[in-house]
Formats: sequence, structure tokens, C-alpha cells
Amino acid sequence: MNSTGPMKILGGLLCLVFGFAVAVQAHATRADTTFATARQDELVGILSDLSQRSERLRGDIRDLEDTKAGLERDAKGQTALQEARRRAAAYGVLAGTLPAQGPGIRLDIGDPDGKIRAATLLDALEELRDAGAEVIQVGPLRTGVGSYFTDVTGGVAMDGQVLARPYTILAIGDPHTMATALNIPGGVIKTIQSAGATASITQEATTTINAVRST
Amino acid sequence: MIPLIGLIAGVAVGLWFHPDVPLWLQPYLPIAIVAALDAMFGGLRAKLDGIFDDKVFVVSFLSNTVIAALIVFLGDQLGVGSQLSTGVVVVLGIRIFSNVAAIRRRVFKA
Repeated sequence: MNSTGPMKILGGLLCLVFGFAVAVQAHATRADTTFATARQDELVGILSDLSQRSERLRGDIRDLEDTKAGLERDAKGQTALQEARRRAAAYGVLAGTLPAQGPGIRLDIGDPDGKIRAATLLDALEELRDAGAEVIQVGPLRTGVGSYFTDVTGGVAMDGQVLARPYTILAIGDPHTMATALNIPGGVIKTIQSAGATASITQEATTTINAVRST
Repeated sequence: MIPLIGLIAGVAVGLWFHPDVPLWLQPYLPIAIVAALDAMFGGLRAKLDGIFDDKVFVVSFLSNTVIAALIVFLGDQLGVGSQLSTGVVVVLGIRIFSNVAAIRRRVFKA
């Protein structure tokens, strides 16, 4: 019954270890519950997402290593120049300062009564961008990052310039994807038709966009 | 008094450093903690009954944790680790409840 000194200390020490272990374990359990609580199909989804992403990144690594090897081999700076030109062309197309050509669609919006508002055209533009359109021309104007639509008397203006009716939108990208995106129930085409205008989509093997932005 | 100080100091140290649990210890630590909890409540009950003995406490604490971890380890080797840990937790849970009930009867006289 009479407890001796060392045993008392040992008891206290065990309590210390116990408290320590509880705190550590509680912290460790709180740390990762994201995957522990996920169901099997979610985990499978996450895993396949990750492997797709790593596959894509591996591809990127291969491309970049090719570029690096080319740059290292090249003494006269020829590859570097080519690379810079290629990039300038790509950025020029994206920024709207260069003409572009490729498979795409043509969207004609017949609006004899002027029922289409700026918001509808903006929706069409956003839908095309979401569907992967790389280059878009509205009427005679090329769209860029700063493009905007405004309602004016008797129509719609883009970037301050009144658009002539009927509106024509040219977009370069995957024609099938863009046509599907515009045609979804309750989508852009339905909105245009319910507003009292007509819309038709033409898928083209070669769409040429010549309009450029000055800046 | 010493055990209480030790307990508080241990929690404080654990919260302060919060080290990662080593991988080999991860399956056994939770079970060992539950077993130690049983020993803690047993010790508290003995204290209130006036029959607390440091040596009994130390031995029961150590044997509880080691045996609990050993059972889970054995279960892992036999392929019934999760079932055995559930069994151990149930048994220890019953013991903890009965200890707490005894403490409650003594403290509140109810």
C-alpha cells in the first residue's frame, strides 16, 4: 500500500507519456480525413484524374526537354529564333493581332426586329470560349480580352462600334464541340430563338478570320 | 498530484511539438491509448477507493498497453487485425464504462 518514491515518479512519467500520445494521435487523426472518408468510386475518380494529369504533365516534360535539347544543340541561335517566332505567332493569334485559319463554325443570327440584346451576344461569345474557341470574330471585329458589348439604340455595339445586322460570328476551334455547346437545351440558340430572332450554325472545315485588333 | 502534472505536461508537449506518428506505430498507438485510458480510470477508481498503489498502476498501465498493441499486431499477422482491434476496443470500452460508473457512484453517491 505504501508507495515508494521511484514508482510514484514512474507513474507520473507514464501519465506524461499517455498525455503526449493522446495529443499526438488526436493531431494525426485530424490531419488527413479527406481520403479516409471518401467512397470507393470517388477514390477511383480521383486516382484516374491524377493519372491523366500526370500523363499530361509527362507529355509537357517531353516537349520541354525536346526544346531544351534543341536550344542546347543549336550554336547560331537558329532554334531559339524559331521557338520565339512560334511563340509570337501563337500569342499573336490568341491576342488577336494576327489573322488565323482553321476548322471552325459560322453562326448567323438573323435579327430583323432588333430583339437581340448585348447580354445575348455576350452569352454566345462566352459559350464559344467555354467550348474551346481560340479565335472569334463578331461581324467585322476580332474579339480580344478587352472586348465588350453595349446596347445602343437600334442594335448592339461591340468595342464602341455598332454591329450591322444580321450578326455573323466566326469561331475557330473544334466545330462539333462548339455546335453542340450552342445547341444545348436552354442554351444560346434557344435563347436567341425565344427572343424572336433566327440562328443557324454552319460547321466549316476551314474558317478564315482576317480581322485583327490594332493593339 | 504527480500524475496530474505529468498528464498536463504530456498534453502540452504533444500539442506544442505535434510530431508525426511513426508509420510502424500507427496501427497500434490508438489501441494502446484506449488501453492506457482503461488503466487511468482504474487508477482513479482505486484512488477514490483508497486502495491506490503506484506499483499496481505502473504494472497495469504497461501490461494493458503492451497486450493491447500485441493483440492488434497478432491480428494483423493473422489477417484479422481490424476485427481484433474492434474486439479490444469493445472490451476496454466496457471496462472503462464500469470504472467510470464506480467512480460516479463514489463521487455523487448515485
